[in-house]
Amino acid sequence: MTVHLTTLLAIIGMGLATYASRISGLLLMRGVVVKGRLKAALDAVPPAVLMAVITPTVFMSGKAEAMAGVATAAAAFFRLPLLATILAGVASVVVFRMVVN
Amino acid sequence: MAYMPIAMLWGTLAAAKGFSPLEALLMSGLLYAGASQFVAIEMWVDPLPILLMIFTIFTIFIVNVRHVLYAASISRHINGIERRWHPFLMYILTDESWALLERKALTQPLTLGYYLGIALPLWPTWFICSAIGAFIGRKLPDPALIGLDFAFAAMFIAILAGLWKGPRTGVVVITSAVVAFAAKTYVSGAWYIVLGGIAGVVVATLLHNEEGE
Repeated sequence: MTVHLTTLLAIIGMGLATYASRISGLLLMRGVVVKGRLKAALDAVPPAVLMAVITPTVFMSGKAEAMAGVATAAAAFFRLPLLATILAGVASVVVFRMVVN
Repeated sequence: MAYMPIAMLWGTLAAAKGFSPLEALLMSGLLYAGASQFVAIEMWVDPLPILLMIFTIFTIFIVNVRHVLYAASISRHINGIERRWHPFLMYILTDESWALLERKALTQPLTLGYYLGIALPLWPTWFICSAIGAFIGRKLPDPALIGLDFAFAAMFIAILAGLWKGPRTGVVVITSAVVAFAAKTYVSGAWYIVLGGIAGVVVATLLHNEEGE
């Protein structure tokens, strides 16, 4: 159970870096009135970023993952509850990996 | 949920690079950023030269820079929560809790209780499981065997479906996917998230202009 000084310094530095990314969006928006084009832009942040995050996993990993992605989207559009949708996605990727790969 | 195996996996990788359980606990508690931590451990050498340390710090900032967008978007929905809580609320924000909070914010403004209820339990789950992973130290079973590596993607797809507001969302999502695909192929690091996200936002802005309000 030891903490080395270099490691500690690196951890603190990295902690500041991650926190800087977290707080800067909040500070940028302080005092800004959100309407019109800015509102359209911010409303697009969640779908745009979520899609970008999952693109490598879903579209660049292989056929099984892409097919599981479609299956998950189908489950979601049939308004399955969140947890059921996730389970459907996880189960389908296991099945597709056995069948396709 | 899916945090536990991922945190433990990270802990075992950290231990393999010479991290003690206490150091793993500190790092997970302070950074609390999964992707950044995996990148940091990947880059880690012992002892760590100062230049590499600075480069690592810069790299994980880039990996985490999507949080600028998260915070900017979520800041609109927390006006009902006292200001003094805001810095801490940003600290405990993660991909998953942010996505769930955005979903909730579609129908009503966020309250302090709801926010903490979603985001706070994940924090100790993350750093405690990291320390356990570092303590166990040996290789855990591969999460891919039981499809757990797909759990985050599945959850994000579900939330994406909930955010759907018609064809315009489709254009935003397709633009983001195409740009993220290209960026992942041609640019190293985690730039694909920010580039894809910004491309989607730009398209949304342009579409808004065409209609002239």
